[in-house]
Amino acid sequence: MAKRSGTLLVPTQIWWLLATGVAVIAPLAPHVQPWLTVAATLALVWRAALAWQRKPLPSRWLLLVLVVAGTAAVLWQFRTLLGQNPGVALLILFLALKHLESRTTRDGLAIVFLAFFLALAQFFYSQAIPAAIASAAGVLVATATLLALADPRAAPPAVLRRGGIMLLQALPLMLLLFVLFPRVQGPLWALPRDAASARTGLSDTMAPGSISQLSQSDAIAFRVRFADAVPAQKLLYWRGPVLPEFDGRAWRPMNEPPFPQLPYGEPGSGGLDYETIVEPHGRHWIFALELPGATTAATFATRDYQLVARAPLTVRQRHRLRSYPALQAGRDDGESLRQRALFLPEGSNPRIRALAARWRNAAQSDEDVLRLAESFFLNQRLLYTLAPPLLGEQSADEFLFDTRQGFCEHFANAFAVAMRAAGIPARVVTGYQGGEVNPVDGWLTVRQYDAHAWTEVWLAGRGWLRVDPTAISAPTRIDMNLAAAVPVGDPLPLMMRVDLAWLRDIRFRWDAVANAWNQWVLGYNPDRQRDLLRRLGMPQPDWQRMTAALAVLCGLALLALTAWTLRQRQRRDPALALWQKLSRRLGRRGLARRPAEGPLAYAQRVAAALPQAATDMHAIATLYARLRYGAGAPALLHELRHRMASFHP
Amino acid sequence: MDSVVTAAGRVILGKDRQVRLALACLLARGHLLIEDLPGVGKTTLAHVLAQLLGLHFQRIQFTSDMLPADILGVSIYDRDSGAFNFHPGPVFSQLVLADEINRATPKTQSALLEAMEERQVTAEGQTRPLPSPFFVIATQNPAHQIGTFPLPESQLDRFLMKIELGYPDRAAERELLAGADRREVLAGMAPCISPAELQAHQESVRRVHVSDALIDYVQALVAHTRESADWQAGLSPRAALALLASARAWAWLDGRDHVLPEDIQAVLPGVAGHRLRPAGEGPAADSIGRLIESVPIP
Repeated sequence: MAKRSGTLLVPTQIWWLLATGVAVIAPLAPHVQPWLTVAATLALVWRAALAWQRKPLPSRWLLLVLVVAGTAAVLWQFRTLLGQNPGVALLILFLALKHLESRTTRDGLAIVFLAFFLALAQFFYSQAIPAAIASAAGVLVATATLLALADPRAAPPAVLRRGGIMLLQALPLMLLLFVLFPRVQGPLWALPRDAASARTGLSDTMAPGSISQLSQSDAIAFRVRFADAVPAQKLLYWRGPVLPEFDGRAWRPMNEPPFPQLPYGEPGSGGLDYETIVEPHGRHWIFALELPGATTAATFATRDYQLVARAPLTVRQRHRLRSYPALQAGRDDGESLRQRALFLPEGSNPRIRALAARWRNAAQSDEDVLRLAESFFLNQRLLYTLAPPLLGEQSADEFLFDTRQGFCEHFANAFAVAMRAAGIPARVVTGYQGGEVNPVDGWLTVRQYDAHAWTEVWLAGRGWLRVDPTAISAPTRIDMNLAAAVPVGDPLPLMMRVDLAWLRDIRFRWDAVANAWNQWVLGYNPDRQRDLLRRLGMPQPDWQRMTAALAVLCGLALLALTAWTLRQRQRRDPALALWQKLSRRLGRRGLARRPAEGPLAYAQRVAAALPQAATDMHAIATLYARLRYGAGAPALLHELRHRMASFHP
Repeated sequence: MDSVVTAAGRVILGKDRQVRLALACLLARGHLLIEDLPGVGKTTLAHVLAQLLGLHFQRIQFTSDMLPADILGVSIYDRDSGAFNFHPGPVFSQLVLADEINRATPKTQSALLEAMEERQVTAEGQTRPLPSPFFVIATQNPAHQIGTFPLPESQLDRFLMKIELGYPDRAAERELLAGADRREVLAGMAPCISPAELQAHQESVRRVHVSDALIDYVQALVAHTRESADWQAGLSPRAALALLASARAWAWLDGRDHVLPEDIQAVLPGVAGHRLRPAGEGPAADSIGRLIESVPIP
């Protein structure tokens, strides 16, 4: 037998190892510094070239220099060697450099184990389905490489197949561990990192142009599943940041901390129950249907009826909410709040001020002013477009009288300014409007291009009333969607194009799969685990019980496996069992049967080594051969047993 | 049959194993291909077997200008009877020695190989059966010699076994050099068995028992040749059948009524050697040895 560390790698094994390196490093390339990828690629290509030309590996001194240089580069890049990113960087470098000093199968094993670790490191950066697939592929190649290290002559497809079968065999155990292993609340290392970084989404200020840029993004903002039927499209106003503070150009939110309760009580009836899964966007906002009924254990509410989560959305969050579309609130709002909703900076938008003054003179009440304003907006023939012209200082004036083209924020801005000029408290509300039901799984998907801005006006005796000026000029935006409302030729996001129906179909299916993945794999947190285990009949699933259940189930699985193996063994030929026993007995004297040794050849070898036992051995071997390969003489089995019992070499 | 082996051993010195393989091939109703350098005793082996088994023997020396009719026979017009009379070719005998078969053109080679497969000859619209038993020993020089037409794999498959004789060892060669002329020894030999007895033996070889465990082993061997990267292609089902048939004959020659894994291992190089083409460099014999070592006996 060759020494453990002494078996030299053959070319096939070197190619397998290189494939492993590529399979685990390539998926990390988009997440790490480019120079790391380049360095790793150079090392692997170098190794491949050496293997190709059958040249010797570089000297250990050169490798030492490279390792020191690589470590120094990582240190220079991250200012530390500890932590997640420097750790991954070092692993990548060492894995690549290890190839350059791999001579024996033992070195190969080191590479494979590093590779298993790096395949896991995928999930530091992304836990979506593609990352899982890439990681699984890396594990598959690494497993196949392990097999190739053990048997260098096996053909690559066979090795890959066997590796796959081995991983499939491990699948039940993996599922068991996934379901039962006690979960830790919250991610261990705040994973994944990229969740909190800049993403497309609403901002907390609104100026002309800030929402129309979202109209090009078909990224998902949140998903909703209603307990009952999905309400009509024009009722789907998802309330985001409310912006009462105006400085002449931009609208901002009130700078006040949220409350644990909504400022109004929950009505008795007319509620809509739904579940929403909000994609991470780094802020606290969650988007409830207007108006939310009550806060939950995980949410607060602002004074202007926006729900906010207690923890910022750095990871996907799930909320169960109830909303009342018919609810109006704020009838008793105090003077100070109304005054703030009337403020206009000095000298801003003089033409609207003049217009508003004329409305006020002509009208008897606030309701009349509102009606006049609405009919003015309608008669002005404003054009709803994704590509409005740029506006100057007096943005509301210019929009309403000069350019007369705008996106929802232009409409909301102009309307709120006009209302304030006419002495009616008004504020801008941003959020999303509409959404699209995925026919595959029935979830309503709201995307960034559904972002919208509308206004709320305060009327005495009625409270805050939603007025959507966009709906006045472009009702199809509210009744249908963005694509139906904008002029033909405006650039639309991919998901909205009617001519790409097949693409939308694929996207629907992919979304449904991704949603299921998010809920059942990534969203399998301690709460869900407890829920599931309770439903499976475990009364108080704490971690001790879970560990016990895990141990019991693993034990049961092992028992089943053992029972199966034992049965296989019982089904084996009794003559063969005796023969193998003989081989084990003789094995203690260094005379075990080689796997490919036939009975007579073995007997001959044993007889040569133990001349005194030659006769017995030949007799036993002949008996065994007749029993196992002969035409059936079961009586011989007894004789074989007898011979075996009296055989004492 | 042991007497045949012993008697043949007096002429073919130190090649007992090859003689047994040739006999096994004959008993399994297969044809034999002997590949080796000129002068190591290929032709003598064929002569000895014919003599000892009392078979009608014909030798065909293949050359590059040979035509199929030179082997199968030809019809000649007989003026007296006014009809064509078929004159059977040398293939119409019980043991045919096709000497240096790879010197003939493929056309001529295939005429013989077809006759071997069908055990009959069709000429001028008439099918004539070949005598029974019918056994072909073909010899060929290693293909890389000048002026040869190597047999393609499909034709090689017609031969149950391919064996190599190799140089005699030192003692055997000394005896050869010092002893009497082999031709005289050969001429003085009497047949050990009759053709009828040979056919009876062939029949009993067919009845040698093959157990399930042994079939498992054959399947494992064949499966390994198909999965391994050592060869360009694995063994065919026909090759597996050939392996079993040869192993039966080998077991019978050993005086057993059942086949052991050892029998398979003994005939495997002869049966598989010309059917497996190694994928890398290195002689085929090495790869067969590795094949035997790497497939455990179930």
